[in-house]
Amino acid sequence: MKSVTKQPTLPLLSRRQCLKGLAVLSLSPWIKPVYAKPAEILSGSTFHLTIAETRVNFTGTPRLATTVNGSLPAPTLRWREGDTVTIHVTNQLNETSSIHWHGLILPYQMDGAHGVSFAGIAPNTTFTYRFKVQQSGTYWYHSHSGMQEQTGLYGAIIIEPLKGETIVAERDYVIVLSDWTDEDPMAVLDKLKKQSDYYNFNQLTVLDFVHDIKQDGLKSAVDKRAMWNEMLMNMTDLSDISAYTYCYLLNGNTPETNWTALFNKGERIRLRFINAASQSFFDVRIPNLKMTVVQADGQNIEPVSVDEFRLGAAETYDVIVTPEDDAYTIFAQSMDRTGYARGTLTTRSGLTAAVPALDKAEPLSMMDMMGDMSGGVAVHHAKTEYGASVDMRVDTPRTNLDDAGVGLRNNGRRVLTYADLHTIGGSLDPRPATRDIELHLTGNMERYSWSFDGIEFDDSSPIHFRYGERLRVILVNDTMMTHPIHLHGMWSELETPDGKFQVRKHTFSVQPAQRISFLVTADALGYWAWHCHLFYHMHVGMFRTVVVS
Amino acid sequence: MNQRITVNKTSEVLKISEVSTLALRRVSLLIIALSWQSLSWAEKSPPMDHSKMNHMTMNHAEQGEAMNHSKMNHATMNHAEQSGAMDHSKMNHATMNHAEQSGAMDHSDMSMQGGDAPENARDPNAYADGYTLKSMPFYSNSSHNLYSLLVDRLESVTTKGNAAMTYDLQAWVGQTYNRALIRAEGEMQNGLSENARTELLWAHAITPYWDSHLGVRYDSGSGRGRGWLAFGVQGLAPYWLYTEATFYVNEQGRTAFRVELEYDVLITQRLILQPRIEANFYSKNDPAHNLGNGLSNVEAGLRLRYEFCREFAPYVGVEWASTVGNTANYAKANSNTVDETRFVAGIHFWF
Repeated sequence: MKSVTKQPTLPLLSRRQCLKGLAVLSLSPWIKPVYAKPAEILSGSTFHLTIAETRVNFTGTPRLATTVNGSLPAPTLRWREGDTVTIHVTNQLNETSSIHWHGLILPYQMDGAHGVSFAGIAPNTTFTYRFKVQQSGTYWYHSHSGMQEQTGLYGAIIIEPLKGETIVAERDYVIVLSDWTDEDPMAVLDKLKKQSDYYNFNQLTVLDFVHDIKQDGLKSAVDKRAMWNEMLMNMTDLSDISAYTYCYLLNGNTPETNWTALFNKGERIRLRFINAASQSFFDVRIPNLKMTVVQADGQNIEPVSVDEFRLGAAETYDVIVTPEDDAYTIFAQSMDRTGYARGTLTTRSGLTAAVPALDKAEPLSMMDMMGDMSGGVAVHHAKTEYGASVDMRVDTPRTNLDDAGVGLRNNGRRVLTYADLHTIGGSLDPRPATRDIELHLTGNMERYSWSFDGIEFDDSSPIHFRYGERLRVILVNDTMMTHPIHLHGMWSELETPDGKFQVRKHTFSVQPAQRISFLVTADALGYWAWHCHLFYHMHVGMFRTVVVS
Repeated sequence: MNQRITVNKTSEVLKISEVSTLALRRVSLLIIALSWQSLSWAEKSPPMDHSKMNHMTMNHAEQGEAMNHSKMNHATMNHAEQSGAMDHSKMNHATMNHAEQSGAMDHSDMSMQGGDAPENARDPNAYADGYTLKSMPFYSNSSHNLYSLLVDRLESVTTKGNAAMTYDLQAWVGQTYNRALIRAEGEMQNGLSENARTELLWAHAITPYWDSHLGVRYDSGSGRGRGWLAFGVQGLAPYWLYTEATFYVNEQGRTAFRVELEYDVLITQRLILQPRIEANFYSKNDPAHNLGNGLSNVEAGLRLRYEFCREFAPYVGVEWASTVGNTANYAKANSNTVDETRFVAGIHFWF
């Protein structure tokens, strides 16, 4: 197995906004600022990581990013299942920092959730993480403090299985997708609080109305909008933050600097896709190349061949591709279709393939608002969902796992859905659940408040899991957005609508008006974070502490 | 009526002014009815009935009927009653009556928004087993205050042979559900404040789209300064209709009511046409300030702005302003204009 994280490539300058400032560098020979470098691969069992601010330039304007060992993304860490790893993390920022090992099963003191499982790493101090690696697959790590995840602190983890790799590939590449803004993330949040559709320049206009009247008649055009307008719901609200401020990155490269990986024809290539974005979903495809998905969130699944998949924030998929042509574009468009991250697979450095046009943004459907009107699942709204913090409740949620989600329905491509994911080996714990915990994903878009059960984190109570119990978590999404929900420290085992084991993951994207349920074995004592992995949703309160005791 | 008879010189003028007054009153009462309905829509929503879903999306005829109904009720009220109905203690009652009266409330026959929690609603703390956030070892509250200044309108106003500046702004500090708010609107002429209304309010989120306001208002400018207690609502009615509706009462027992509605029509993503209407009511004649009882004045404008960025948008527009009833009579007695068309140009900005 050969590992290459980055090949040098020629910058392809274009009119697009995202323009890595290589020119800026060359124009100032007497000032040589140090820019963030690409991720190195570090392997072994002892690591020294230093968190600091390093200059980057993705748009033509230099900015400071939060980096690890001077790289963005942070170094790729290669571990071996069964090893005990020791990671010395030194914080050279002016504020408290932390590193959370996303999806790792470990003692809570090592989980790195600042404010939940430890006090964070104070400026100019070193914290030593030490834990036994009990799993294998693709994972990632990121800051769990302040705004550092948005400003660049994220990297990949690759864990080799103890019993040897069962997924055979001649090449192995990590693909870290992320979103970058030149704005101060606090300013972004400030703007969203004051005008929640600040970044949405895809709203329905009078011209759209006229167009709809011409196409479908006045009544239809009015009806299409009536319920949304009456409820003050925006059917074009696909993503809170768009390419208006975001530049989408693939392994720290803009579409113009075009991250490129090499292969020889006939080789099997393993691509480990990690969505390290703060607030973006990516719809990933490689035109003219089938992808066989072999792993989800680090867990091997029964291989499934697809054209495209949606990667929620914090989710990972490993795919195998066997390219036959000379060049392919890895195309990851944002869910709201305002931009994309891009890379190239090629047999020769410098070759590129066509970059497809962005799909047209598809508005949310009635299913995304009402769920399944014929559905018979009971929902139990919390008392606290009837106040100012909740702009909508879904009484008839849908339970369909075979829906790829808004924008991917009927696009003519074979798109992965959760119904396609089957963990090899099935559940880790055959016991049935002894009780249910129902939690509703709630929010008020207009006020830009996000919560569980209508209560933001600061006003919430912890959720108690009894040590050793097997319990069912029911998540009902009462909002119009898709939320990737991540429970720290314990696996989430998704159930099919009829209660059978589906897939084991660490993060589940719950679609609008959808109800999902998963089983958890509360075998990890301590304090754990449980939150929406959309960074700004987490930040304003879509967050809970879980106590296992 | 005394005022009107003494002031009006010919019966013809009287008739004309009465007709226009009536028309304007209808319009403004419709506005009130609408804003109340929006409120009740937001506050009250009976459980969902699937059979009514079609009504919800399609039956607009009913809504129209409901508006007529409320208008009728209001129209029969005398002004004293009207002010009485604005008593805070009766606010909810009035709201609910409207809700019951109107067929349009079928629109809200869904439990999807707002409303009261049913008896059997889930306890969100049921899974805590006594644990609290404060008992967590590493927890600290990280919430912080936000600050904002929104200058909705800062414009030069040109009328026949006259020019003035008008401002309309809101500044607030606070968090998601509670904010301290300064709301100010006024007119400057030749560098002097002609007419200014400044309010200091506590804004509290009461429903998903509505804040209640409680505070004080101070009027300054021409005439003597005057203070009021203020209470009202601000928020979004269905169809994204921005609404401010505030009642005022002062120490002399005078009451006043002010309503403002704005709607953004997106022509493109950045070119936005904004119809705006504002109306003021007073319970008693106030010769010192040249304000008559009942509906006092109405402004209806259309502004076309271009958002260079969200925070900065210049605009041009036209506004029709009219004093009504006894206020119009005062104006005529002082040889002031009763109706005027204004051309406005200004900037809308916030941070």
